[in-house]
Amino acid sequence: MIRQLLSSNWVSKILAILSAFLFTVLILLAIGAQPLEAYRNILAGSLGKWQKIGEVIRAWLPLVIVTSGLAVTFTAGLWNIGVEGQINMGAILTTFVIRELQEQAVSPSLVVFLAILAGVFGGMLWASLAALLKIYGGISEIFAGLGLNFVADAIILWLIFGPWKRPGIGSMSGTIPFGEQFRLPNLPGWPISIWTILLAVLIVVIVYIVLKGSYFGLRLKAIGRNIRAAFIKGVPTVRHMLMAFMICGLCAGLTGSLQVVSVHFRLVPSIASGYGFLGILVSMLVNYHVLWSLPVAFLFSTLNTGSIQLPMVMKLDASLTGVLQGSLVLFVLLLDGMSKKISRKVKEE
Amino acid sequence: MDSTLLVSIAGILSLAAPLIFAVIGETLTEKSGIINLSVNGTILLAAMSSFVVATSTNNLPLGFFIGGVIGMLVAMIVAFSSISLKQSQVAIGFVLTLLCRDLAYFLGNPFMGNPGIRVPHSPIPLLSEIPILGTIFFNQNILVYASYVLIFMAYLWIYKTRPGLILQGIGEKPIAAYVRGMDVNKLRYLYTAIGGFLVGLAGPMYSLSVKVGWKGSISGLDGLGWIVLAITIFGAWNPLRAALGVYLFVFLQWLGLVLQPYLADFPSQVLQVAPFPLMIMTLLLVNIGNMEWVEKILSASPELVRRGVKKIIRIVRSSPPASLGVPFEKE
Repeated sequence: MIRQLLSSNWVSKILAILSAFLFTVLILLAIGAQPLEAYRNILAGSLGKWQKIGEVIRAWLPLVIVTSGLAVTFTAGLWNIGVEGQINMGAILTTFVIRELQEQAVSPSLVVFLAILAGVFGGMLWASLAALLKIYGGISEIFAGLGLNFVADAIILWLIFGPWKRPGIGSMSGTIPFGEQFRLPNLPGWPISIWTILLAVLIVVIVYIVLKGSYFGLRLKAIGRNIRAAFIKGVPTVRHMLMAFMICGLCAGLTGSLQVVSVHFRLVPSIASGYGFLGILVSMLVNYHVLWSLPVAFLFSTLNTGSIQLPMVMKLDASLTGVLQGSLVLFVLLLDGMSKKISRKVKEE
Repeated sequence: MDSTLLVSIAGILSLAAPLIFAVIGETLTEKSGIINLSVNGTILLAAMSSFVVATSTNNLPLGFFIGGVIGMLVAMIVAFSSISLKQSQVAIGFVLTLLCRDLAYFLGNPFMGNPGIRVPHSPIPLLSEIPILGTIFFNQNILVYASYVLIFMAYLWIYKTRPGLILQGIGEKPIAAYVRGMDVNKLRYLYTAIGGFLVGLAGPMYSLSVKVGWKGSISGLDGLGWIVLAITIFGAWNPLRAALGVYLFVFLQWLGLVLQPYLADFPSQVLQVAPFPLMIMTLLLVNIGNMEWVEKILSASPELVRRGVKKIIRIVRSSPPASLGVPFEKE
């Protein structure tokens, strides 16, 4: 009876969530902090006020876009660790276009449109580099992507302190902010633009349809299951892997773009702010299902937004949410493995 | 010879010691067929914990022991999840590397910037007085001496002993080893644990010797673990070549520091990330010989070119143990 219960997928998920919370409580106790107070502060700092909820949604939408892109690469069995650098590249090219065109006699909406296109291109460019290194260079996409992440980070720092530095001296606060006319307009009373919402919905719908209801999605799945078998059955694996990377790069580049035109209005160091790695954790948690990633991404954004105040209120490091998110994925992986093992045994008997 | 140059070379050897431990540890683990991708987080967590333990108890050996044990525990999670539960090694390693890093930053927060204790300098009597060689090799601390010993022990173990032969077997052809009566999974657990212990030791080697202290996210240790994984590939899973890779890497890092004043126009941010494009280049160099399209081009090129290129490829090429990352099934 107990074994049958444990072999259920839902029971293992719930146990995993409980274990992650328990683990985090123990960590908090170890450091001499009040666990309940920490959780209460996270909740108050995220869902406590309408203004905070707006901030949570502002963090949620880009995470949703990135996670949708990652669903494509994960479906093809690819670990696009370079997603963080792809977001940064998107932000860089977007900033570049606005800087070049802001003094010209071009309509501001056209400039923003071109800037977002450039950002999308930047993400795809960086993703295709990782893809080419994997396909033609034999380098695991994990190392290629990781190296490119560090390079993109360095390019941002170099631009901010070098060619694009503020008049006088460059600083970590980034480049000069753009004029009002180059920012995506927010919904009245919310820190969110309608364009971000529309783009996020569009991306989720397209990726969902492509993965669930197209031959392309089916072939990606075949590659993800067993690349050699897919190749023998006649699936053009190289082209499909390249495409998967490009789609993910597109989503990542768009995220970076939106960070520039609707959140920061300038280029700041590590503008990707961990969305890429967070997206990877979300994807792993929901086993790469696009729709399930929506609520989980919301939960992660809530935790991230809520922990911003922890250092001030409780003198705790904000990496607490990283501990909670990481342990959540760890326990889901472990308990999922255990429940599968138990169900295999039950079947054998 | 110029004495500052000698001191610099000696400095390279001591900077390399923690990387040697981590790379040899990962090499042993991967030789058995398991990829432990958690190295980056493991080193950070071990560095923080051992710094806190060693400074609060004023006990250096205890600090090192804690660092090793943490590395071993994290490795055991990887082993359990991939060997016993058959979950993806990449997934579990990636999660652990992020989780351990955040744990290190969170738990280490109250201890940031505290004064630390350092492993004492201990020149070896007589040997350190040998001209040139003495200054370079034997005027160091005990960790550096241990790193020399580790390189050769690991090499001899893998290639010159019977257990080492079995280790190669379970990474290359586990089925054959199983038929000969070896408990493949038990041995994989063992080597993952040993490898994890060595990777964990790299943590205190930084926080108690090379870069004493704990400074949270600006400790300058984040990213090193990924370099370790890349050098393991560069080293072609051979301890001697892996050590060569480490020394080469540290030498280039040192060169960057030395040349920085002469490259004033060259932004310092670019030099700081130089290891990573370099990592991609070296991986390209050692992997490209395995690619099909290279073979195709070569077979179409003139005899002389083909022979020359093939010779170079054979020298630099690095192929992983055949069953690396593949779970072992008895049937």
